[in-house]
Amino acid sequence: MTTDVINDQSEHDPHDGEHHDHKMTGMKRWLYTTNHKDIGSMYLWFSFIMFLTGGMMALVIRAELFQPGLQILEPDFFNQMTTVHGLIMVFGAIMPAFTGLANWMLPMMVGAPDMALPRLNNWSFWILPFAFAILLSSFFMESGAPNFGWTFYAPLSTTYSNGSTAFFVFAVHIMGISSIMGAINIVVTIMNMRAPGMTYMKMPLFVWTFFITAYLLIAVMPVLAGVVTMVLTDTYFGTSFFDAAGGGDPVMFQHIFWFFGHPEVYIMILPAFGIVSTTIPAFSRKPLFGYSSMVYATASIAFLSFIVWAHHMFTTGMPLFGELFFMYCTMLIAVPTGVKVFNWAATMWRGSLSFETPMLFSIAFVILFTIGGFSGLMLAMTPVDFQYHDTYFVVAHFHYVLVTGSLFSIFAGAYYWLPKWTGHMYNDTLSKWHFWCSLISVNLLFFPMHFLGLAGMPRRIPDYALQFADFNKWVSIGGFAFGISQLIFLALVIKCIRGGEKAPMKPWDGAEGLEWTVPSPAPYHTFTTPPKID
Amino acid sequence: MTNGESQNKLSKQAQTHDASVKKTVKKLMLIVFAMFGFGFAMVPLYDVFCDITGLNGKTSDVAASYTAKSIDTERTITVQFLTRTAKGIPWQFEPMVNEVKVHPGERKTVKFYAKNESVSDIVGQAVPSVSPGRAAVYFQKIECFCFNSQPLKASEDVEMGLQFYVDLDIPEDVSTITLSYTLYDITSSVDS
Repeated sequence: MTTDVINDQSEHDPHDGEHHDHKMTGMKRWLYTTNHKDIGSMYLWFSFIMFLTGGMMALVIRAELFQPGLQILEPDFFNQMTTVHGLIMVFGAIMPAFTGLANWMLPMMVGAPDMALPRLNNWSFWILPFAFAILLSSFFMESGAPNFGWTFYAPLSTTYSNGSTAFFVFAVHIMGISSIMGAINIVVTIMNMRAPGMTYMKMPLFVWTFFITAYLLIAVMPVLAGVVTMVLTDTYFGTSFFDAAGGGDPVMFQHIFWFFGHPEVYIMILPAFGIVSTTIPAFSRKPLFGYSSMVYATASIAFLSFIVWAHHMFTTGMPLFGELFFMYCTMLIAVPTGVKVFNWAATMWRGSLSFETPMLFSIAFVILFTIGGFSGLMLAMTPVDFQYHDTYFVVAHFHYVLVTGSLFSIFAGAYYWLPKWTGHMYNDTLSKWHFWCSLISVNLLFFPMHFLGLAGMPRRIPDYALQFADFNKWVSIGGFAFGISQLIFLALVIKCIRGGEKAPMKPWDGAEGLEWTVPSPAPYHTFTTPPKID
Repeated sequence: MTNGESQNKLSKQAQTHDASVKKTVKKLMLIVFAMFGFGFAMVPLYDVFCDITGLNGKTSDVAASYTAKSIDTERTITVQFLTRTAKGIPWQFEPMVNEVKVHPGERKTVKFYAKNESVSDIVGQAVPSVSPGRAAVYFQKIECFCFNSQPLKASEDVEMGLQFYVDLDIPEDVSTITLSYTLYDITSSVDS
């Protein structure tokens, strides 16, 4: 791919009507900005703050579970911790981090000057802090924050709600609106703003995965909005969607919720596939193996995600046919996912590999995500799921795919593009410390959970039987170590923003893509004239 | 988008670009609204699906008319009755017989007893469920107290009737049907 790049800073900015790249000063710059790089940075910082907030809650949970018995928490507060930890990590940490990466990188990768709808972009970011302010403010109510699990199963969130349902519902509504607007922006940008000559099958895989993810968001976030609305009216307005007394059905809640919920888990992993499909070729100095099969695999996973939802509900008393259907469909997902894992391995095969920090996180991603995938296959089998359901095995599974999967890919992406964002190389020693501390502690944290789950320890319980004590102690130690390791990353990023070795235009010799054809740090406006792509 | 440009060609391009952005946004908004609607459409769809397949042990909530042309004395089905009260309704609620044996096609009447043991007036609603779930569509209620709500004054009691028959074409391997009633307090929603 050869490119012609013109970065004339004296051109008009096509969007905010300002001349040159004058930025407003102080808070106004950030409040009024329509610049995709500013908004991307805000998303990334916001998600990191939320990550630390949700992480603190995880540490409170792990502190309570360090020993059997009730030490520091009331069971009700423990439930609030698990609920809000889940909500914050899903909607506040992982999803905004991906949106932030999309904002920063997508326009540069497709050779566009900005996102297609910059004002909408500003709005979709700025409503997010309000959503989480509403959610977190419920902690200060007398009855406390939501305590019904992030899955808010009716009737826990309706009949037996502690009064926080309205806070929860409105927070989720705002998060949903933000996600939908962000997703619309991504699709419109990709469909309309690609540089001349960039056909769909020439787009970087990163762009493809965000394209497909955005469609998933547009399809299922409205369903989430619908189901929380039903919970709201059931709780406060006397409807009975999920209330058996009024002719409703609580199991239906689970169907509607998981119809959203399962595509949602792919919303949180498909962009991760895009990131490591960018970093692994760069540090293997080979093009991605099987590009088109990667595109089709991503699309197949997205399609299959709509017909597997009831594998979360095997124990609700489904008929045998339903159990078999959802079991086989779920297992089918292993096929396109396997294609991806093999393609990453084949990309590395006989490449001239080097192990910079983004590559380390990417390789850890491939291995540990695959472990999470395998435990997912075990859970997919209906007969064994009856044993694993609602145990720590499930907790181990989804933390392997979300922490060592999604989160590690976000770290890989952050290390890969930090020089482009800040114009400085990060401190390599610190980054290696961050990686190795995270890798060791995260496995100490989540691996023993498999054994706990297989031995029958239920999830979402503040106390446990004595025989689980040893493993839980190790898990808690791993949890605190992992939490502290993340402060290394914070220090590293701040250090990198404030200074460091000057980053060249393309710090990674194997890197491909338009983002490496602009200077580092990337100028405030890039590609005001589209590059030519052959 | 590039309205700062003076060249005609460029501004024309910008116009078609603007138009195509608008078109894409409109299409995507359509998907958003359609999926929001679909979320709600899942409610009746789920009911219809359960109705047709008899999944979930849901029985019909309207009275069936007796249409059996004969009684199949070859087969005997045991019908068991279970009752439970939902959290927060201080009623005594139980079947007056625990099980009956019926032939498919035969009409049967049983009674249930309910007593409001509290000092306030309460409206109760019984919700039936049949197990095994696939037997639900063959269990026909001609008359049931569960079709209406049941108001009981403080410490009042009542005997409530259920008349039913089992369809002739109930699958061969079903020999026992369990009918379970859960009683809910719906006073607050009746009042409002």
